Amino acid sequence: MIAPGTSVKQSSEPSAKPVGGGKIAGAILFGLAFGFLLQKGGVGKYNVLIGQLLLQDYTVVKIMMSAVAVGMVGVFTLHHFAMVNLHLQPTRIGAQVIGGSLFGAGFALIAYCPGTGAAALGQGSWDVIFGIAGLIAGSYLFAEMSAWLKRTVEKWGDKGKLMLPDLLHLPRLPFAFGFAFLLTVFLYFLDRAFPG
Amino acid sequence: MKQLVITIILSLTALAGAADFGADARNYDGAAWSPYGVGAAIGVLSWLTFYFSDKPIGASSFYATLAGFIGKLVAKRHTESLAYFKTNPPRIDWSLLFVTSIIVGGFIAAWTGGEIRNEWLHPMWVDRFGDSIALRGLIGFAGGVLMAFGARLAGGCTSGHGISGTLQLNVGSWLTAICMFTAGIATAMLLYTVL
Repeated sequence: MIAPGTSVKQSSEPSAKPVGGGKIAGAILFGLAFGFLLQKGGVGKYNVLIGQLLLQDYTVVKIMMSAVAVGMVGVFTLHHFAMVNLHLQPTRIGAQVIGGSLFGAGFALIAYCPGTGAAALGQGSWDVIFGIAGLIAGSYLFAEMSAWLKRTVEKWGDKGKLMLPDLLHLPRLPFAFGFAFLLTVFLYFLDRAFPG
Repeated sequence: MKQLVITIILSLTALAGAADFGADARNYDGAAWSPYGVGAAIGVLSWLTFYFSDKPIGASSFYATLAGFIGKLVAKRHTESLAYFKTNPPRIDWSLLFVTSIIVGGFIAAWTGGEIRNEWLHPMWVDRFGDSIALRGLIGFAGGVLMAFGARLAGGCTSGHGISGTLQLNVGSWLTAICMFTAGIATAMLLYTVL
């Protein structure tokens, strides 16, 4: 049983058991829905993605912040009533500043990201194939260096699992609702500035 | 730190206002549906993946799994000796099925909306950088390498950190997402200014 409001499971941990029937149905159904939504949201398109990075088109930020606001309210409510586990990646300042920045530089070149790239492939944007080849090569390059990175970069500023409300000593559920409200206010002004 | 971030954002916004990137993303086909509707639906989808699958939405580990499978075909012992593949052995897992289904979902959405593109180069790319597939391939491949390396080092991508991690109020995910977009904006503006 999950302890209400406290249980946190590390998502980087590989699960012990193989994928069962219910899991397979979930993975396929939710993947289909996610790919469908990404394409309908326009984020499988080169111009919409690169347009965000050139600060011409704000579709990506609007989708992400709406998803985060809605997701946050539901996941923290479910977690409060001990119905879901949280899956937190550890906070590692060095690895995440360097990794996030490398990711961003790559994002500008390929324009698609790992999820939207899959949707782009589905809609027939074949230029993503070069990017996918790069993603596979880059993953292997990381694996080549993983032992060394684990001993060095991943140790720099390793704070373990760290949540914003815990850092600020505030209760999680009200914090999540307040944060989602602030995101909504931000989206309101973003839409005033960049309608659509 | 905070001041530094604000300064970077303000100067980038100023640059965006002043600079001529030689192409405007808004002149090409945009989204079929409202970004707020799509975003809210993805938020609800994340409740479902947490509840039914005990998983957050994420995509980047899919490519690492593929790299592991290919690596094992080419150099089995070497691949199995690598630290990353020891803790994450390549196998048909939730994420593999999830991302494969994203491809199909993207196809269904494009097909039903009459938006199947079937093209090697996007018109905006052609208008700005010309019709060389080799140039697009080189830049796309380099971008993919940087992106996957960065995602593995940071522990996730625009979905895993950018949506699933930030919605869990994970400090590291907010840090990663801010770095992703800051570096992404700077690199894209550089690319569209100098290339």
